[in-house]
Parts: sequence; C-alpha cells; structure tokens
Amino acid sequence: MTSTLEKPATTTAPSATAAAPAKTRRRFNRKWITSWIGVAVLLAAWQIVPSLGLVERTFLPPLTDVLHAWWGLASGGELWTDIHVSLQRSLSGFGIALGVGIPLGLLIGWYPIAAELLSPVMAIFLNTAAIALLPVFTLILGIGETSKISIIVYASLWPVLYNTISGVRNVDPLLVKSARSLGVRNLRLFQKVILPAAVPTIFTGVRLAGAASILVLITTEMVGAKAGLGYLILNSQFNFQIPQMYAGILTVSVIGVAFNYLLLSLERRFSTWRTA
Amino acid sequence: MTATTEVKISVRDVAKTFPVRTAPAQIAAIDGVSFDVRRGEFLVLVGPSGCGKSTLLDLIAGLTTPAAGEVLVDGRPITGPGLDRGVVFQQYALFPWRTAQANVEFGLEVKGFNRRQRAERARAVLDLVGLEQFGDRYPHQLSGGMKQRVAIARSLAYEPDVLLMDEPYAALDAQTRESLQEELLRIWRRTGTTIVFITHGIDEAVYLGERVAVMTSRPGRIKQFVDVRLDDPEPGEDPRSTPAFMAKRHEIWNLLHDEVLRAADLETRERLNEVA
Repeated sequence: MTSTLEKPATTTAPSATAAAPAKTRRRFNRKWITSWIGVAVLLAAWQIVPSLGLVERTFLPPLTDVLHAWWGLASGGELWTDIHVSLQRSLSGFGIALGVGIPLGLLIGWYPIAAELLSPVMAIFLNTAAIALLPVFTLILGIGETSKISIIVYASLWPVLYNTISGVRNVDPLLVKSARSLGVRNLRLFQKVILPAAVPTIFTGVRLAGAASILVLITTEMVGAKAGLGYLILNSQFNFQIPQMYAGILTVSVIGVAFNYLLLSLERRFSTWRTA
Repeated sequence: MTATTEVKISVRDVAKTFPVRTAPAQIAAIDGVSFDVRRGEFLVLVGPSGCGKSTLLDLIAGLTTPAAGEVLVDGRPITGPGLDRGVVFQQYALFPWRTAQANVEFGLEVKGFNRRQRAERARAVLDLVGLEQFGDRYPHQLSGGMKQRVAIARSLAYEPDVLLMDEPYAALDAQTRESLQEELLRIWRRTGTTIVFITHGIDEAVYLGERVAVMTSRPGRIKQFVDVRLDDPEPGEDPRSTPAFMAKRHEIWNLLHDEVLRAADLETRERLNEVA
C-alpha cells in the first residue's frame, strides 16, 4: 500500500510531450486509446467472471450490481458526505504538508550542512510506512480529526521535503557557475537559478505526496471514523453490503487516479523544459 | 587591427593549487603565469589537457582566487565576478527553463534594465548572432550550435569589455564550428571586445587569434607567445590552407607536441598511483 512512498523517485522524468505538438498529439491519442483498452478489458472481466459463476457472486458481484449500489449511495446522498469528509481530510493534510515541506525543504537544501545532517534521518522516515505509526498518533492525539489529518500530513511531508531538498541540492553546478560569473549571488542566485531549476523535482515530490495522502487517508478512516470513504468500505463489509463495499472501493480508486492525473499534468506543465 | 596598446587584463605571477586525494601535498594547476592582454585583443590560449587553461580563465572571471599573484583588469585587482567580463562555457550553460530571449535577458536583469530595454536589447543581440527567429524557443528545442550562439548572445547583451571563452566550440561539429568561428570574428571586429579564448584546436587558435599563448603541461606556465596575425586571404581562398597559416600551425604544433606528450605521461603515472 505504501510502495509509492518507498521511492523518492527524484529521477522520474516526465515523458516527452513538448517538442512537435501535432505529431505528439497523434501519438498521444493512440497511446490514450490503447491504455483505455486495458481498463475496458478489466471492467468487462469484472462483469463476466462473476456472471458466469467463475467466482462467488456474493464476494465479487458483477460490475453492474456494484454500479447499481453506487447509484443508490449517490442518490441517497451519503456517498457525497463521505467523499466530502474524505477529501477535506486528505486535502487539509496534503495542503499543510506542502505549506511546511516546500519552504522547509528549500531552506534545508540551501544549507549543505543541514541537508547532510538530515538526509539519513529523512531516509528513515521516508521509508517507514506511515501507517505503522498510526497507533502512535492515535495514542497521542486520540481518534479525532486531528490525529487523522496529522498522519496524512506526516505521510505527505516526507516525499515533498525529500524531493525539495534534492531539487535544490542537485541544481547543475554549471548553471550556478554561469550565474555567478555574472555576479549573481545569495538570495538572487536562489531566486533566479536554484528555485526554477528545482521546480520539476519539487513537483515530483508534490505528486508523490498526493498519492500518499489518499493512501493513508483510507486506512485512517478504517480505524475509528464515523464518516469517510474508508469508513464506508469497512462498514459495508461489516454489514455484508458487498456491492456497496465495492462501490466505495471504486470511488476511492477513481478519486486516486483523478488526483494523480491532475498532479501529473501540473508536474508536466512545470517541467516542459526538462524534456531534453 | 587594434591600434591601442593599452593593457586591459594583466595577469601577474599567478599561481593556483588544488588539493588532491592521492597526493599528500597540493597540486599546482598553474604556477608563475604572467601576461598582458591589450584592449580589444583576441588572445587564444592553447595547451595540453589539464594544464590549467580553464583555471586561468576562472581566475580572470573572478570565479576563483589565486594562491599567489594577482589579476588586474583596467589596472585594478579583481575582487570577484562582474558584468565587465562575460564567460562562455563549452557546455553552453543556458538556463533550460528560459527561452532563448529570456536567457539573453538574464544579464540585463542583473544589470537592472527595465523590461522594454531588455527585450529590445535581447532582440538586437539575437539578431547579431543570427537567431532573431528563435527568441521564443527553449534550449532543448535548439541545436548545439544554436545553443552556443544564444550563450554568446547572452554574454554580449550586457556589453562586457572582456569575453572569456572556455573551449566554446569543442562540442560542436566541424561545419558548425567553422561558421561560429567566422561569426565570432565578425562580432569581435564589430564590438571591439577583448577576447580570451581557450581551445585545444591549433587550427582554431591560428584562425581566430591575434596572438596565441602556448602553455606547458602541469603546472601550467606560458611557454611562448606566437603572433598569428595573418594577411586576409584572397577572396574565395580557404583561409586555413594558405602557406602562412600552415607555417603558424606548424610552429604551434611543434611547441605543443612535447607538452602534450609530457601531460599524457603525467596522467598515466597519476592513474597508476591511484590504483596502487
């Protein structure tokens, strides 16, 4: 579940989208169609396999049953409440993590000693599954909103912090030298060279943090919550409302994909120049 | 071509050392280097690899400080980098997030020009290097030769008195290199900028320079100056195959030959020490 957290992924370069617009678009369209075929096959299998009785319908209802249940939840209004609560939690956590992580990362990256001192510590935090610390958060902050948002902040903070620092630290020294040869120093060097050079790496961190915020959100909502998508999924399972459970899972997956896609396109937009 | 004999740059008994891992003592990159560059002169430095050519250029640029001796520009010791000197690097060192135009404007921003002045000036300089059509392109959309033209334009834009060029054409193909050499001479004649140009190409040195300084292998010293001012070739004649050109070429080759062998020998022994 936390596999995306385990890689700092500072090297994930965005795929080429900038050079020749028309040609790229055509290729992009084809890629787009191809990738949707895979999704269509998956959905079709979800429908057909239980219908044919290859798996127990009770445990894996066909897609249409799930969609039907989803519609029921949506028109009844409770789905929207859960989505609202969940998004509020993950977005607050994510937002706080960015607000703290980016400025702090810039500051730490700017001072080599701070970066060297903190890197190993951060590697530990980054590679410790946030969920493992859930009991600690519950212990200290209880089971309310504070502890839920705190653990989301915690999980999203490390990827942002780590990538921001490495973005600042790994600016091409030649660019710095080139700016220095013009007499540019200190704050101005930071503003005109270091910061713009680090933006793509920072955005990689932002995207990873986004994924982390949703992953952790669902788990926290399965432990002591009265609303939210994680609660919906677990509660449906307790009450043996299996189609409703799958409807919840489907919603989480759609939100996750959409959020990631949004952040990915933002990342691309800010790093078009990196496509060599 | 230059009537004045006024000294622009004065390098006086300059030495620079570097610490190395394998040796207990520091290594002298250059030692006891002294020479003057006249205002408006085109001086070319040639020498075997590792002879400290780039170190010398960094010293004049003010990017490093000498261990002994001093560098004077207009009779005053330099205290650091400044906009009176522009540096062009082999690896272009363009800011990849800025368009060609915005790259050219960089030095002008530092110099405090307003937006309109910057745009005007940048367009004029891009025109001078034949890139008026490419102002809105990003570096990754330009060829190597174009990138180097932008880099030269960026340095010319703020009108430095001195242009320091560190093997600027080494990464370019032969045709591009020749056309850029020609262009540089044209710009030099037009602007009267003092140029210090590093190369390991003897042809390039003879073609471009008024004077060629041949350096020894490490520690780099000036071995000899060769005056390479040649009469303009007949129209349509290949300037690089006139007898006068060949003679100069041969003279420099002879001066360099022993040094190159010595440098290679030095390197072999150092590598062996490193392994041992």
